[in-house]
Amino acid sequence: MNTELLNFTPLAVLIPFFGAGFAFAFYRNKSAQRAITVGALVLTVILEVTMLSQVWNGGAHAIHLAGWPAPFGIVMVIDRFAALMLVVSSIITLCVLLYAVGQGAAEEKDDSGPVSIFYPTYLILVAGVSNAFLAGDLFNLYVGFEIFLTASYVLLTLGGGESRIRAGVTYVVVSIVSSMLFLITIGMIYAATGTVNLADLALKLGDLDPSTQLTLHVMLLVAFGIKAAVFPLAFWLPDSYPTAPAPVTAVFAGLLTKVGIYAMIRTETLLFPGERINTALMIVAALTMIVGILGALAQADIKRMLSFTLISHIGYLVFGLALSSIIGMAATIYYVAHHITIQTTLFLVTGLIERRSGTSNVLRLGGLAKISPVLGLLFFIPAMNLAGIPPFSGFVGKLGMMQGGIAENTWITWTLVIASVLTSLLTLMAVARIWTRGFWRKPEDADETPERQLMSKTLAHSRAANKRYLPMSMVAPTATLVAMSLAFSVFAGPLMDFSRAAAQDMYERTPYLEAVFGPERTEGVREELEEFAATFLIDYELDDDGAADHAPVETSLQPDDEDAVVVPEIPDGDDQ
Amino acid sequence: MTVNLTLLVLMGVLFAIGIYLLLERSLTRVLLGIILISNGVNLLLLHTGGRAGLAPIYDPEIGAEEYLDPLPQALLLTAIVIAFALVSFMLALIYRSWVLARQDELADDEEDRRIASYANVHDTEEDAELATETTEFADDTDSSGAQLLNPRRGTDTVDAAAAVDETDAVRGTGDVQGSDEAWTQTDARAGVHPDQLDVTIGAGRADGPRRKPPVDPDADPTADPDVSADPGAATDPDPRDGPDPTEGGQR
Repeated sequence: MNTELLNFTPLAVLIPFFGAGFAFAFYRNKSAQRAITVGALVLTVILEVTMLSQVWNGGAHAIHLAGWPAPFGIVMVIDRFAALMLVVSSIITLCVLLYAVGQGAAEEKDDSGPVSIFYPTYLILVAGVSNAFLAGDLFNLYVGFEIFLTASYVLLTLGGGESRIRAGVTYVVVSIVSSMLFLITIGMIYAATGTVNLADLALKLGDLDPSTQLTLHVMLLVAFGIKAAVFPLAFWLPDSYPTAPAPVTAVFAGLLTKVGIYAMIRTETLLFPGERINTALMIVAALTMIVGILGALAQADIKRMLSFTLISHIGYLVFGLALSSIIGMAATIYYVAHHITIQTTLFLVTGLIERRSGTSNVLRLGGLAKISPVLGLLFFIPAMNLAGIPPFSGFVGKLGMMQGGIAENTWITWTLVIASVLTSLLTLMAVARIWTRGFWRKPEDADETPERQLMSKTLAHSRAANKRYLPMSMVAPTATLVAMSLAFSVFAGPLMDFSRAAAQDMYERTPYLEAVFGPERTEGVREELEEFAATFLIDYELDDDGAADHAPVETSLQPDDEDAVVVPEIPDGDDQ
Repeated sequence: MTVNLTLLVLMGVLFAIGIYLLLERSLTRVLLGIILISNGVNLLLLHTGGRAGLAPIYDPEIGAEEYLDPLPQALLLTAIVIAFALVSFMLALIYRSWVLARQDELADDEEDRRIASYANVHDTEEDAELATETTEFADDTDSSGAQLLNPRRGTDTVDAAAAVDETDAVRGTGDVQGSDEAWTQTDARAGVHPDQLDVTIGAGRADGPRRKPPVDPDADPTADPDVSADPGAATDPDPRDGPDPTEGGQR
């Protein structure tokens, strides 16, 4: 591992920040602003891909800002999980940015809102998300959250129309309350342990009184649960997200809730590992899945429907992380990456549907598959992927979680497995309803008066109109994302291996601690931690000594020509 | 760890009042609630430093335990700055909401309402029409007039806007009759004094199918809830052209 390269990690936060500053300075010159923003994000993507390749083979690396040693100074930690999240998030944001640029160019005439604000705010959002992924202490995590939340408030209320202001108020108040809760918890944790450094907390929290631990644990999870939109705390989401412009909704839906999930995963692995509240988490996960998808079935508007499926699929992630097994966590990591991509893609496609037909209400849609087969394809692939139809990546992730659930073999995990199958089917039903109504039937058959844009005289007329409504600059980024989601299925094997290594690292915790504190201090606790991590490895086959632990995941979808893919073997040596 | 009891009690009071205010429907009160809670949190962070001590400037003759822990103060400072930014943003939102919709209330999600109406269900608690006194900022004459005309004002934004329209129209023509008529009609429909309207409508509807809310005869056509709930038309409803100079704008 070339650690020197990894020392540039803080640039993942700094580049977007500086980009935002410059973009704002050029607020009069739109093309300069656009160039700066795209350039900054391209740089970030390159940097983060380099970082991912550095940590692919091994462990974590910590950067002590300003050279202050660990528990006192601020650290940024990059391990496999963080690097994967960074890369996925920055590729997503880059695609969405290109889409927004295309949309801005297409809608230049009906100038909708102060666009000069959009680019800098967008970059600040990216910086905040990166900061949250890299944060090595709780307070820095809080600051990361606040940075991207504040940017998201501005993006959500962009233009200041009535419906956006109404939705924005709810969103802002809910987010502020969750941030306050987070801050209270940070205060309490500091009072209990005298540190906010995550690695330091990992060593010290275990010594606290169990009931104190439980309180802090639950408070953290509630604070993150609001941000991640977990069931009883999720009702702000479908209310606020759909009102924003399509690119903004897309990036919110893809990223922001996942940062909450990321924080929950860190809480569950680094700070409070163990099975203390797993049953409660699983009940919450089941309710999130079922309630979310039932809400989706009731909606007529595609954006709102997608918001509800977003909630319901957060349930899968909570299920995966509540399993407290390496296989469950590996599936969760894979699923997070998959779901960020899919959800963003679907919202972008919905933006295209809205542009083409003038509405996103399925009651007034029809005939889109005939009018624009490309649009049909762009919707169909991610929609099937969301429902988890094989061979798409959604299937692989869900299969991994169910595997973990079945392996654990308790009544609650079986309930969860059944709930997740049911949710998958209902998701399929929800997207199939959009498909049959919006794409397959004739526009004349629409339940309500169809949009005029769909009612051209001849097919040739409407095909000709496609060019105007669906410019290449918007379709291309969407298609790129669809391709990326397909890549998740094609490279499922190596990615799953990578996720498993990341999960192993996170449960073992030694790579993280060693990166932050150096080997001396970690040595004392290494044995204890490794022993502890071993309890998370589930033996599926009791007689083969764990050799086939992960076999089902490896064999199901591994591409035949796996050797052709240049992926270094991951020496994890944990499971074989 | 020792904690200052006065500060602790103060913190509790701040949280209690803050949470109470946060649960209000009026946006300014929600904002006040947020301010109080954030101050409560700041006090909490201050507590975590333990008892008061010397300023943490290094002096070799002073033992480590004499100093005050400086970290909570650093956290506190950051938290204050963030809360300050958020509060100013909230203020801007509230002002914008006031300019656009003339109301200081959190409006309902209309799409939600529409979907609920498909199912033909009525939840007494959720769907009861709230007869609220809308805002502290409107002229007295304005708000009272609007309430007479439309006791449901404040339940949805378009209605409220329409109500203001009506008031203008009534004042413009000097037609006081109009408001009287509207009042008596509403009375007859509900069978009670407007003050009790919310309770009765809620109870009356609980058993029957959901009824269309009463529409004033001379109301603006945009006040029709079906039209306003249409998402196609709801994309950016025409902002009312700024505050009317005759009302509220120049006080």
